[in-house]
Amino acid sequence: MSKHLIDLVGVRKTFDGEDALKNINLYIRDGEFLTLLGPSGCGKTTTLRLIAGFILPTEGKILIDGQDVSNVPPYKRRVNTVFQKYALFPHLDVYDNIAFGLRIAKLSEDEIDARVNEMLEIVSLKGFENRRTTTLSGGQQQRVAIARALANRPGVLLLDEPLGALDLRLRKDMQNELKRIQQQLGITFIYVTHDQEEALTMSDTVVVMDRGHIQQIGTPEDIYNEPKNAFVADFIGESNILDGVMRDDYLVEFFGRKFKCMDKGFGKNEPVDVVIRPEDIDIVPADAGHLSGTVTSVTFKGVHYDIIVDFKGFKWLIQTTDHQPEGAHIGIKLTPDDIHVMKKTEYSGMYGDYSSYSAEYDEINDPDAVIGEEDEALPQEERDEE
Amino acid sequence: MRRFNRIFTIIVLIFLYVPMIVLAVASFNSGNDIAVLKGFTLSRYSELFRDGVLLPLLGNSLIVAVLSSLSATLLGTMAALGIHAMGKQLRQLTLAVTNIPLTNPEIVTGVSLALLFAFIGQTLKINSILGFFTLLIAHVTFNLPYVILSVLPKLTQMDRDLRDAALDLGCTPIQAFFKVILYEIMPGVISGALMSFTMSLDDFVISYFVYGPNFITLPVEIYNYTKKPLHPKIYALFTLLFITILMVMVLMNLLQARDEKRTNQARRIFSAGRRRVTT
Repeated sequence: MSKHLIDLVGVRKTFDGEDALKNINLYIRDGEFLTLLGPSGCGKTTTLRLIAGFILPTEGKILIDGQDVSNVPPYKRRVNTVFQKYALFPHLDVYDNIAFGLRIAKLSEDEIDARVNEMLEIVSLKGFENRRTTTLSGGQQQRVAIARALANRPGVLLLDEPLGALDLRLRKDMQNELKRIQQQLGITFIYVTHDQEEALTMSDTVVVMDRGHIQQIGTPEDIYNEPKNAFVADFIGESNILDGVMRDDYLVEFFGRKFKCMDKGFGKNEPVDVVIRPEDIDIVPADAGHLSGTVTSVTFKGVHYDIIVDFKGFKWLIQTTDHQPEGAHIGIKLTPDDIHVMKKTEYSGMYGDYSSYSAEYDEINDPDAVIGEEDEALPQEERDEE
Repeated sequence: MRRFNRIFTIIVLIFLYVPMIVLAVASFNSGNDIAVLKGFTLSRYSELFRDGVLLPLLGNSLIVAVLSSLSATLLGTMAALGIHAMGKQLRQLTLAVTNIPLTNPEIVTGVSLALLFAFIGQTLKINSILGFFTLLIAHVTFNLPYVILSVLPKLTQMDRDLRDAALDLGCTPIQAFFKVILYEIMPGVISGALMSFTMSLDDFVISYFVYGPNFITLPVEIYNYTKKPLHPKIYALFTLLFITILMVMVLMNLLQARDEKRTNQARRIFSAGRRRVTT
C-alpha cells in the first residue's frame, strides 16, 4: 500500500489559454481506490485523461512506477480506461470487445480465450459472448467496458464517471461490484465522479477538486469530519457554516456565545469558519438549549426531516427524526464533537447558509453578537445555493 | 390539401420519369419511329451486345469510373480525416475551398483542366497528353468533394471516445484507424464511392474537354452519335445505363437506412439509461 504508483508533480493543463488544472501535486499508492471528486468543470476528468495519456500536460511531470511518462502516448502506458459512455466497439461482439486489447498485444488465441472467459466470470456476463454490444442494456454494456479494460491486466484502472448513465438501483449494485472487483484483483482504481455519496462509499482516498485545484485529500472520514474549507464542507454532505472567532485553543465564539470545541492551533481571536453538520444537532426545549430559534420550514425526506430553523436571522438546516411543526420555538444543544473549525479561505461566506431555503430572504442581522465587528460582509451575489 | 399534395407529387414524378419511360419503351419497339409502336422486340439489345464500337467504350467508361471512384475514395477519406482533426476555423475554411468545385459550372472546370493539361503537356514537351490519365485525373478531381462530404459527417458523428479507447487498449494511431475508426465511417466511405462511381460513369461535360482520341468514354461517343440520326440500339444502351445507376442509388439508400437504424438503436439504449437517472 505504501509504494507510489503514480505521481503528478506540479501539473498544469491549459486549454485555449485557460487553465483547466493549475498546480496539481498528487501521488497514488499501489492498490488503492482513489476518487477524484468535484463539480463539473473542476478538472477531475482532465486529470484522468492526463494520466491515461489522451492529453499531455502543459507543465509539470507525470510519473508511473517512477518513470516519467509525461510525453508517452496512451498505447505505451500500463493503464486502461473505462469510459463514461462505455465506448464499446459497435462492430464487435462482447467477446471480441474484451479480446481487443489482447489481440493487439498479440497473445495466443488460447491465452486470449482463457483471459476473456476469466473476465466474463468476473463481471458476471457468462453466456453473453456472442451478443452485439448494441443489444445490451446500459448496465451490461458497462460490465463489458470494465472487462475490456481489465483484460489487459493494467497496473491502474481509470474510471470516468462509469456509473453516470445508470439508474439508481443499478448504480448501487455496480458500486458494490466495482469495489469487489478492485479488492479481488488488487488493482489501483482511479475513479472520477461528481457524486459525493459514491465517493464516500467506495474510496480509500478522496481527492476533492474545484476550479482546477485540489481542495483536500484524505480518507472519506477525514473529508467528511474534518473538511478543510467551506467548499469541501458544503460539497461533501450538508453543512451549516457560520462566522466565528477562535478565542483560544479549544474555544470558539459564534452567535455571541463561547463554545468548547476540539480544534486548536489557530491564532488568538482569529476569524474562522465554523461547520456544524445538520445531523449532529440535538433538538431540546427552547429554554434548555444553547441557542433557540423558530422552525420556518419542514421537508419530509423519508429517513428524516429537513427542518430550517431561524436563529436571529441566520437559517440553519437541521436533520431530525422527530417531527417539529412549522412555527415551533425550539432550542439546540451542541457538544464539542459537533463543532468543526476551519481557517477562512476564498470560499468563506459562499456556502452553508440556508436562507434561500425559505420564501422570505433574510439578511444576516445579528446586532447582539460580539463577533459582528470582525465579521466580513457576506457577498450575497456570490452565494451559490441551488 | 392532402389530395392536392398527392396529385402534385404524381405530376412531379411523371415529369421526372416520363422521358426515361419513353426511352425504355422505344428500346423495345420493333419500329424505327418513336411515335409509332409497332411491336415488342429484344433485337435492339442483341444488336447492342454484338456492337464492336459501343461495348469497348462502355468498358472504357467503367474502367475510368471504377479507378477514379476508388482513388477519390482513398484520397477523400484521408482528406476528411485531416479536415476532421483541424481546429474549427481552419476546418470551415478548408471545407469552403473543397466545396467550390461542387458548385463551379462543369464547363468551367472542364476548360480549366484542359488548359492545365495543355500547359503541362507543353512544358514537359509531350505532344498528345490528353488520354486515359488526363481523363482519370479529371474524374478524381470532381469526385473528391463528394467523398469528403459523405465521410466527414460520419467522423463528426462518431463517439470521440472510440479512438481514445483503441489507443488505450494498445493500438497505435494507425491501428486505431484500421481496427475501429474505419468500421465507424464505412457507410460514409461506401456512399462516397458509389456516388463517385455514378458521377464518373455519366460525366460528359468535363470528359469532353480532357479526353484524347485514343481513349473515349461512352457519354462522349454518344454525343458524337447525336449529330447523326440515333440508332435504336442507343435506346437500349441508355435504358441499361439508367437501370444501373438506379440500382446503385437504391443500394446506397438501403445502406444508409440500415446505418441509421443501427445508430438509432445504440443511441436509444444509452439515452434510456440517462432518462431514468434524471427523473
